[in-house]
Amino acid sequence: MTMLEGILLTIVTAATPLLFAALGELVAERAGVLNLGVEGMMAVGAVCGFAACNMTGMPLMGALAGIAAGMLAAGLFGVVALFFVANQNATGVALTLFGLGLSALIGDAFVGIPGVAVPRVNIPYLSDLPVVGRLVFGEDPFVYVAIALAIGVWWFLFKTRAGLILRSVGDNHNSAHALGFSVFRTRFLAVLFGGACAGLGGAYLSLVYTPQWTQAMTAGRGWIALALVVFASWLPGRLVIGALLFGAVSILQLHAQAIGVGIPSQFLSMLPYIVTIVALVLISRNRALLSVNTPACLGRPFVPDV
Amino acid sequence: MRIILERRPDHSQTMVLLSPVLAIALSLVSFFIIFAVSKIDPFQALYVYFIEPLTALWSIEDLLAKAIPIILIAIGLSFCYQSAVWNIGAEGQLAAGALAGSIIPVLQPTWQGPLVVTAMMVMGVLGGMAYAAIPAVLKIRFNANETLTTLMLVYVANLFLDYVARGPWRDPGGYNFPNSRAFDEGQMLPIVAGDSIRLSIVFVIIAVIAAWFLTSKTITGFKIRVLGMSPRAGAFGGFSRNKMVMMTFLISGGLAGLAGICEVAGPIGQLRTTVSPGYGFTAIIVAFLGRLHPFGILIAGLLLALSYMGGEGAQVALGLSDQTTQVFQGMLLFYVLACDSFIYYRLKIVRQRAVDPALAR
Amino acid sequence: MRKYLVAIGAIAIAAGAVSAANAADKVKACFVYTGPHNDGGWSQQHDEARLAVEKHFGDKVETAYVENVPEGPDAERAIERLARSGCNIIFTTSFGFMDPTLKVAAKFPKVKFEHDAGYKMAENVSIYNMRWYEGRYVQGQIAAKMSKTGVAGYIVSFPIPEVVMGIDAFMLGAQSVNPDFKVKIVWANTWFDPGKEADAAKALIDQGADIIVQHTDSPAAMQIAEERGLHAFGQSADMSKFGPKAHLASLIDNWTPYYIERVQAVLDGTWKSTDTWEGMKADFVLLQPLQNMPDDVKAMAEDTIKKIESGELQVFKGPITKQDGTIGIPAGTVADDKTLLGLNWYVKGIDDKLPQ
Repeated sequence: MTMLEGILLTIVTAATPLLFAALGELVAERAGVLNLGVEGMMAVGAVCGFAACNMTGMPLMGALAGIAAGMLAAGLFGVVALFFVANQNATGVALTLFGLGLSALIGDAFVGIPGVAVPRVNIPYLSDLPVVGRLVFGEDPFVYVAIALAIGVWWFLFKTRAGLILRSVGDNHNSAHALGFSVFRTRFLAVLFGGACAGLGGAYLSLVYTPQWTQAMTAGRGWIALALVVFASWLPGRLVIGALLFGAVSILQLHAQAIGVGIPSQFLSMLPYIVTIVALVLISRNRALLSVNTPACLGRPFVPDV
Repeated sequence: MRIILERRPDHSQTMVLLSPVLAIALSLVSFFIIFAVSKIDPFQALYVYFIEPLTALWSIEDLLAKAIPIILIAIGLSFCYQSAVWNIGAEGQLAAGALAGSIIPVLQPTWQGPLVVTAMMVMGVLGGMAYAAIPAVLKIRFNANETLTTLMLVYVANLFLDYVARGPWRDPGGYNFPNSRAFDEGQMLPIVAGDSIRLSIVFVIIAVIAAWFLTSKTITGFKIRVLGMSPRAGAFGGFSRNKMVMMTFLISGGLAGLAGICEVAGPIGQLRTTVSPGYGFTAIIVAFLGRLHPFGILIAGLLLALSYMGGEGAQVALGLSDQTTQVFQGMLLFYVLACDSFIYYRLKIVRQRAVDPALAR
Repeated sequence: MRKYLVAIGAIAIAAGAVSAANAADKVKACFVYTGPHNDGGWSQQHDEARLAVEKHFGDKVETAYVENVPEGPDAERAIERLARSGCNIIFTTSFGFMDPTLKVAAKFPKVKFEHDAGYKMAENVSIYNMRWYEGRYVQGQIAAKMSKTGVAGYIVSFPIPEVVMGIDAFMLGAQSVNPDFKVKIVWANTWFDPGKEADAAKALIDQGADIIVQHTDSPAAMQIAEERGLHAFGQSADMSKFGPKAHLASLIDNWTPYYIERVQAVLDGTWKSTDTWEGMKADFVLLQPLQNMPDDVKAMAEDTIKKIESGELQVFKGPITKQDGTIGIPAGTVADDKTLLGLNWYVKGIDDKLPQ
C-alpha cells in the first residue's frame, strides 16, 4: 500500500462515523428539530453495539443494537422536546449528559475486552487494483452503507412525497398542520431516524474504528457532526464532502507532525476546529443560499391549537 | 383515544411553583428505583448523596466553592438564552479569562496587592468578553450559527491554554512540570469567610442581584426578552437584534472570564493546562434548571454542586461509579423541562383519532 | 435514616482512634485516580494494586477510592474528603495532584500521604515513581532488531519530562543496535482518545514506521498494528490480547509491591516519609510478555533486562549527545535523578522538534 493510498483510506474511515451521525441529524433538522444530543446517542450506540457484538460474536448484531439504542435515546428526546414541547437546546444538552453517563455505567462490564474484527470487503482482482483498488472496492462494509445512506437520504428528501411532507413540516409547521399533516408524528419519526443513524455511527466507533469499548470514546464527534450539518447547508451531498474534509484535516495534521514540521502540536490539533469555523463562516455569509435550504422552523416548538 | 397537550388560556401560577418540586421528586423516585434494582440500599444512597454533604461545615464550604464558578457562568448564559442566543462555549470563554487574568502574576511576579488583584479581575473579564466577541461578530457579520462556533472555540481555547501553560509560561523552577509559577497570596482573592471562601462569593451575590434588577426592572431586560421571543416583534419595536446579540455575548463572556480568573486566583492558585473541569457546560444545565431566572439559577447551582459533592461521597462510602452523578443530572434536567411545560399546557384526553393523511398512505 | 447517621459516626470515630495509635491493627488505605478505575491503563493499574492490597491483607485493611478526579480544586477536595473519612494512608496517583496533596497533608498531620510522580515532599508526604525509561531502552533494542524499515512510530501524549525521558531512552536503546534507526513522533495532546490514537498509528505506519510505541493509554494503536500485520508495544497494562500477533511486549506498571510495603509500614507503625524511584530491579516496571519475536531477540532483551537490574547497564550514561550536537551527558558520568526529572532535550538522531 502506498502512502497516498493509506492516507486516503484513513480519511474515509475517519469521515464515516461523522457521516452517519450527521445524516441522521440532517433529516431531524429538515423536519425542524434541533437535537444537540448527538454525542449522547452516539455513546449509547457505541456501548450497546459493542456489548451485542461481544455477546453474539456478530458485528451485524452489534450494528443493529447500536441502531436500537440510538433510537431509544432519541425517543427520550422526542418525548421531552416534542410531546412536552420543552426547549430543544436544553433537552439536547440533557441527552448528551445522560447518554454519556449511562453509556459508562452500561459499559462497565465491557472495558478491556478486544472486539471482534470486522473484515474488509475483498472482491477478487478489483480490490487489488493499484490506488483505487482498496479505496473503492476494499473498504469495510459500513463505509458502503454510509454512502448508500447518503444517497437514500437525498432521494427520500427530494424525490418522495414523504420527504416533501417532512421538509414542509420543517419549513412551516403551521401550514403543514393546516394541510392536515401531523407535525408531531413526522418530527418524532425524523428524530428516531436521527437516533438510529447516530447510534450506528457510535457502533462504528466501537466495532470498526477501534474495536473496543471505553467511556467517552466518542470524543466530541457528535458535536462535529452537528457542525457538519450546517456546513453542508442541509444538503446530503455537501455533507459527504464536509465529512471527508474534516477527516482530511484531522488526519493530515498528524502526518504533518510525523514529518516533523516543528509547529507546536497544540496548534496543529486546533486546525480541524478552526477550519470548521472558517467553513461555517464562508457558507453562512451567503444568506441567499442558506435561506433556501435552512428549515425555517428549526428549533421552534409546535403545539396545535385544537 | 389518545393524550395530547393543550395550551392553557393563562399560564398556571401553581405549576410555576410546583413544577421544580415535582421534577426533583420524580428524579429522586427514579434514583430510588435505580438503586433498589442495583441492590444498593436506596435510603443510604440518597442520604449520602443529598444530606451528608450538608452535615459538616467543611463540606458546606466546599459546596459553595464548587457552586461559585457555575453560578457566575450560568447567570451570564441566562441573558444569552433569554434572547435566544445559544452560546454553549462558556468553557472556552472561561479559559480565555483565566489566561488574560494571569498575565500580570505570571509575567510580573513581584507586582502584588489589592490593586494588582483588581487589575487581574478586570483583565479576566475583558479576556472572556473578547473571546465571546468572536462568535458574536461571526453571527452578526456573517450569520454563522453561534451554537457551533462557540463550541469549536472551546477546543481552540483549551488547546491554546495547554500550549501556554506547557510552553512560554511554564514555571522555570518546576522541573518542567506543565503549570505556571504558583501565585503569591498578594495575587489572589482574599479569603472572606471560613478556611477557603474567597471574595468571589461576593461577586456571585452581586451578579445574581444585578441580573435580577437588569432583567425585571429595566428596559434592557425587557428588550432582551422580547427579542428572544420574537425577533420580528423586537424589530418593529425598534430594538436592534445585533446590538442585543453583542451585549448578551459580552455579559456572558465577561462573567465566564471572571469565573476563570477567580478559579486561578483562588482555589487553584496558578495557571494550569486545564482550569475548569467542565464548569462551562455544567452552567448550561444550571441556567435551564433555574429557568433562566437569577434566583432560580442560584438554587440550581447549589443543587448541582450538592450532587457533585454527594457523588464523591457515594464513591467513597458506597463504591458507586462517578458516572452516576452525570446520569442524575441529565435525568433531573429532563424532568424539569418536561414538568415546566405544564406551566403553559395541560394534558387532555382526546377520544377521536385526528384525521392524519400525512403518513397514513 | 437515623441508623445510618449513627453507623457513619461510629466508623468515623473508630477510624480516628486508629490513626492516633502508633501501630495499628486495622488500616484504611485510600486512592485518588485521575481517570476511571477501569480505563484499561494508568488508573486501572493503580486500582489493580489496590485490589491486590485488599487481597494481601484481608480483614486488616479496608480500601476506598475516588475516580475521575480533575486536577485542581477538585483534587484537593477529594483528597480532603478521604482524609476526613478516616483513611490512614492516601495514595494520590497523578502528578497534577502534587500541590493539592501537600495542602491537605498540612491540615492532617496524622494521615500519611503518598504522591506519585511529583517532587515535593513533607513530613507526612512520600513520593514514589517508576523508572519506565529502563523498559523503554529495552523496547528500543527490540524495535531496532525487529524493524524492517528501520523506522519506529512513537505516539506521545504531552511533552513532560517523563515522556521525553521515555523517547530518549527508546532511541538510545535502538541506537545501541542500529545507529541509523529513526523515530517518527506524533503528539496526540491527550492521554486517552482511542480514535485519535488509532489515527496517529495509521499516519505513522503510512509514513514508513513498522513498529508502534505509545505513551498514551488506550490499546487502539495495538489493534491497528494487528490489522496491518505489524508490531507494537503495549503501555501501562498487558495489551497482548488486543494484538495477539502484533504484540511484542507491554511496559507494565506494577504498583503492587510498593503499595503492600507502604500499607504494611502503616500497620507496623514504621511509616516514614521517603522518596522512592524504582524500576525493573524492584519489579515496579515489567516488560512482559515478550512474544512474537525470534529467540535471539528475546534472549537479547532478557539479557539487557538482567544488566539493567544488576546495575551493569545505566541508560543515561555519558557520553550522550543532544539533538543539536552539544553534549548532554559527559563521558563517564551517569545523569543524576534531578537532571532526569527535568529532562527537556532529545538525544541526537531524533528528527522531531521538542515543543518548548
